[in-house]
Amino acid sequence: MGAATETFYSVIRRQGITRRSFHKFCSLTATSLGLGPLAASRIANALETKPRVPVIWMHGLECTCCSESFIRSAHPLVKDAVLSMISLDYDDTIMAAAGHQAEAILDETRAKHKGQYILAVEGNPPLNEGGMFCIDGGKPFVEKLKMMAEDAMAIIAWGACASWGCVQAAKPNPTQATPIDKVITNKPIIKVPGCPPIAEVMTGVVTFITTFGKLPELDRQGRPKMFYSQRIHDKCYRRPHFDAGQFVEEWDDEAARKGYCLYKMGCKGPTTYNACSTVRWNGGVSFPIQSGHGCIGCSEDGFWDKGSFYDRLTNIKQFGIEKNADQIGMVAAGAVGAAVAAHAAVTAVKRLATKREDIDHNS
Amino acid sequence: MMDAVAPGADARPDLAAIAADASGERAVGRPTVYVYEAPVRICHWVNAFSIIVLMVTGYLIGTPLPTVAGEASDNFVMGYIRFAHFAAGQVLAVFFLTRILWAFVGNHHSRQIFYIPVHRKQFWKEVLHEIRWYAFLEREPKMYVGHNPLAQTAMFTGFTLFVAFMIVTGFALYSEGQGIDSWQHKLFGWVFAIWPNSQDVHTWHHLGMWALVTFVMVHIYAAIREDIMSRQSIISSMVSGERQFRD
Repeated sequence: MGAATETFYSVIRRQGITRRSFHKFCSLTATSLGLGPLAASRIANALETKPRVPVIWMHGLECTCCSESFIRSAHPLVKDAVLSMISLDYDDTIMAAAGHQAEAILDETRAKHKGQYILAVEGNPPLNEGGMFCIDGGKPFVEKLKMMAEDAMAIIAWGACASWGCVQAAKPNPTQATPIDKVITNKPIIKVPGCPPIAEVMTGVVTFITTFGKLPELDRQGRPKMFYSQRIHDKCYRRPHFDAGQFVEEWDDEAARKGYCLYKMGCKGPTTYNACSTVRWNGGVSFPIQSGHGCIGCSEDGFWDKGSFYDRLTNIKQFGIEKNADQIGMVAAGAVGAAVAAHAAVTAVKRLATKREDIDHNS
Repeated sequence: MMDAVAPGADARPDLAAIAADASGERAVGRPTVYVYEAPVRICHWVNAFSIIVLMVTGYLIGTPLPTVAGEASDNFVMGYIRFAHFAAGQVLAVFFLTRILWAFVGNHHSRQIFYIPVHRKQFWKEVLHEIRWYAFLEREPKMYVGHNPLAQTAMFTGFTLFVAFMIVTGFALYSEGQGIDSWQHKLFGWVFAIWPNSQDVHTWHHLGMWALVTFVMVHIYAAIREDIMSRQSIISSMVSGERQFRD
């Protein structure tokens, strides 16, 4: 994986595709997109001259589940994404180079592709104790991140770690693990949350950027709209059971066998934005709800700190002991009710006493 | 506002003209003041009804009824409950807005629940008096044409602020189903900038419901109690609009 810039055309030729087939492909693409007669040559021209986007993939405080997911992408195959679409110049987990040789690529990329490369970050930097909880190449990861972010075109924050903080940022967060957008504030950041994100979502984002040369449209939270604009619940195949009022009440009941809605079992589908219920996992085989377990909301902010994965109502910890909104509300309403009753009783007694006093006074 | 009234200020003039009934008992003419205009009263009862529907259906959305039997296509229990919740929520929002608009048009009583005159010393003195009255430390209540200062404070926080919070978070949650291109999301999506995980918005919306439950309890108790103890009409005033003083 050298840092030399290849065009798409040279990659296509290297894979044994003839120039004739290449032009056929360009014409066909232009026709199917409904473009004018000149478009075919423009597409051919772009593919012949456009360099592949250099990508630097870094690993902070993480578990590598994003990489594990990424390499299982089926549409497109990860080999196509890594070998044809992008120029993956640096990924310390899977690259052949090591040591100084590997680190030299970072400087080379910064110098050669200033403002043009994509920085993909898996995991996040811990900031406590000067960043010493994640040392990478002899330096705190946060320094490496800041250095490489400076000259990047954009940053992809892979997974819940880079997007929100995930488990290492769960309370009490001893290392002060911090999501990328709280550390780098002057670059466009695409959040691709999930623990891990769906493989096809990851390669889909990469494909979009290389195909159109720009970032996909993002929502308010910085997530690509095309994958994160709807909740799991909105496209869940068990949704009809929700609307009908048919729920699994216990893990081994008849409703569970019939595949009813897992809402009462604490499924976080109604509050989780992700593409699981449409794209699914492992090449579209299944996803958690389809295999009978509720969604745990792994692509949402702070999903480790919202109480049990199996409770419908979120736990509130501010009251010392963990309670949900209903338990707190009922205690409050009960206390107010008791106070009202007591107040009414005192009022009645007082009133009687006052009346008697008045009568005594008058007689 | 908070005009403490000298009883009898607005007394009907010709009491002698009221005829005696068959047993020779004379009807008593009492001083009344027109306080709550029709839009205020209509808003009050529509909001009260909506809030009851919202509380019941909202609770059932958080804690659904037991599973119904049969085919999913034959049932729509959750669907109807959610529909009732969304419909009542939008009715509440419309009438809450109407009520705000009426504050600009209506009499000065209609503006009372939308502010607290924090800068006026006299106001806080009278709040203290009301607190003492409720703590059984004052023997005689003061009379007010509109809300007493303590009631005004309670109405502003317990009703105006809480309901506004519920409407904002409610529409934000509703926008999740409507999609991020909907006007609801454009207007209320900023709620998710404060709480990025909508699970938190659900929890706050839920706590808001319980806050309103306690408000309703205190509100109804205070209305009944004052109707009896303060020698002035409270409950019937919200029907007729007129406040009657019984001393």
